[in-house]
Amino acid sequence: MASRLILSISKTLLMARLKQSIVAAAGVTFGITMFITLMGFMTGLNSMLDGLILNRTPHIRLYNEVKASEDQPISLSPEYKDHINNIRSIKPRDDGKEIYNGPAIVAALRNDPRVFGVAAKVVAPVFYNVGATDITGSVNGIDVTNEEALFAFSTYVPEGDITDLTNINNSVILGKGLADKMLAEIGDIVPITTARGQQMNLKVVGFYQSGLADVDNITSFASIGTTQKLLGKTDSYLTDIQVKLHDLNLAPALAKEFEAKFGTEAVDIQTANSQFDTGTQIRNIITYSVSIVLLVVAGFGIYNILNMMIYEKMDSIAILKATGFSGNDVRNIFINLSLIIGISGGLLGLGLGFVFQIIIDHLPFETSALPTIKTFPVNYDFKYYLVGIVFALVTTFLAGWFPARKASKIDPVEIIRGK
Amino acid sequence: MSEQIIEAKNISKYFHDPVKVKVLKEVSFSINKGEFVSITGKSGCGKSTLLYILSTMDTDYEGDLYFDGELLRDKKRDQLAHIRNKKIGFVFQFHYLLPEFSVLKNVMLPGLKLAELSAQEVEHNAMEKLRILGIDDQAKKLANQLSGGQKQRVAIARSLINNPLIIMGDEPTGNLDSKNGLIVFDIFKELAAMGQSLLIVTHDQDFADKTDRIIEMDDGKVIKQ
Ligand SMILES: Nc1ncnc2c1ncn2[C@@H]1O[C@H](COP(=O)(O)OP(=O)(O)O)[C@@H](O)[C@H]1O
Ligand SMILES: [Mg+2]
Repeated sequence: MASRLILSISKTLLMARLKQSIVAAAGVTFGITMFITLMGFMTGLNSMLDGLILNRTPHIRLYNEVKASEDQPISLSPEYKDHINNIRSIKPRDDGKEIYNGPAIVAALRNDPRVFGVAAKVVAPVFYNVGATDITGSVNGIDVTNEEALFAFSTYVPEGDITDLTNINNSVILGKGLADKMLAEIGDIVPITTARGQQMNLKVVGFYQSGLADVDNITSFASIGTTQKLLGKTDSYLTDIQVKLHDLNLAPALAKEFEAKFGTEAVDIQTANSQFDTGTQIRNIITYSVSIVLLVVAGFGIYNILNMMIYEKMDSIAILKATGFSGNDVRNIFINLSLIIGISGGLLGLGLGFVFQIIIDHLPFETSALPTIKTFPVNYDFKYYLVGIVFALVTTFLAGWFPARKASKIDPVEIIRGK
Repeated sequence: MSEQIIEAKNISKYFHDPVKVKVLKEVSFSINKGEFVSITGKSGCGKSTLLYILSTMDTDYEGDLYFDGELLRDKKRDQLAHIRNKKIGFVFQFHYLLPEFSVLKNVMLPGLKLAELSAQEVEHNAMEKLRILGIDDQAKKLANQLSGGQKQRVAIARSLINNPLIIMGDEPTGNLDSKNGLIVFDIFKELAAMGQSLLIVTHDQDFADKTDRIIEMDDGKVIKQ
């Protein structure tokens, strides 16, 4: 009852000063609109840029470093324990990049409950023969089904069908840049030579476009079987095992565990891509600072109008107090006033922000680097709407609090006697 | 002796700005229920200052003040606000209505604040008071659309809304022409006849002469009552 009375008094005072109140609310609306729009746009861009790398990066990658064994026979021998070892230039055994026992490791990983999925890979360094010159690059032999499930491989294949890799013998999907250099079309046969000199003709069934020119200029994809054949290896030959986890944050710990368990090298996504986190953070900081500045300016607008109102309404405040309204009542009247301005301005800001997000979402944004993206990316995350309205309420509350406290302290006798 | 509404014992008041001046000097008197009392005296003798203390708005004084049997000194601000709301009706020299609100709402506000009756009952009572004062036809107008005399009658209606123990007025006719001043005086007289206690500050001797009792002040002291 009492607070409804206070609220109705606030509303009447607000309506009597409608123009200024609308101006003050417009300040809040502007701040919140900019916050929502900027946040949606910036984080949309962020996740697009991050996705460019992170979505196609395994959480953990198992591989084999080509290096000589730490435990050489000479150091294991007790007979020479106290002798000085002068043997230099030890060569690694010739198992190259092969992961020892690859298929067994894949099977073991598939049974691990923390693992979301596993995609094995064979990377073969090759020369692409373009007329008289050769381009150095690599063929990635992939497990098509799992590569699609884990890394949405088909998103990066704008032309051609990825299942052709398994359905058509000796087929290849060429990097777009590479295909342009080789003047290759779908259906063409291209010759490829391995580092060891084996040559093979592969049929082009599609083009791969990641958006990273350096990658698209030298990479192509074939099935694991085709690549093993190209290298003249058995079907147990694997060079990379890519793991996706249920929980990305476990990657560093699990990488260490797998390293010890399987005797391979293992690198986690956080170590491999630390710079992306930093970029995202910096962009978020910029967005938040811009929005905070806008809201502080809006807050000053409210502070000003309330101060002015209180100055104008000294007589009314004195009357309210003389007729029995307490200091708290008077304070609440002005805080209510401020919050009404904040809530209406803030909600309108959320609405306008949403409209702007939709507009940006429909602006065409086409770039050859990003084949699947046609318009600007926008993140409609509800979280930012929540932050926005909380922000608006806190700012307006603070902007209202100080003038309201001043009003609550006005001594009615001073004013009534002043006449 | 009948019930005392106000009992003032040795009330003194100092102003410190610019130099320390004692404007009320050990003022003592009492007002009984149902009395129509006026306070007179030369301009600057301390009438308004005394009235603000009696009305609980000014708490910076020495001496003991009893209102409706209660000592006021140790009351908190909120308690004093409640006393003003429920037991005191105040009429100022200037009309002091809230210009954003309608006449009716101005009268209703102290009643809504007291919240002892529903909004409908308060509205009904407010219309009743306006009718008594002959301005019920103005109820829907905004407060600042009325003439001075009408405004002062609205202020009186507002002071009556919670059926207070006492109505206090600081020169309520001082800003009105003689015709309107007379109307307002007649209203007070009628209220007094219905048993309402009134304490009115005035420097209009004609006005004072027609009241039950005159408290005459000079230079911060009560010289005759
Ligand atoms: N705020 C103040 N500060 C200092 N002196 C004041 C103040 N208000 C009133 N006075 C002085 O107190 C005395 C009494 O004032 P007041 O009660 O208003 O007189 P009255 O109402 O009888 O004309 C006057 O001398 C006046 O100058
Ligand atoms: Mg005076």
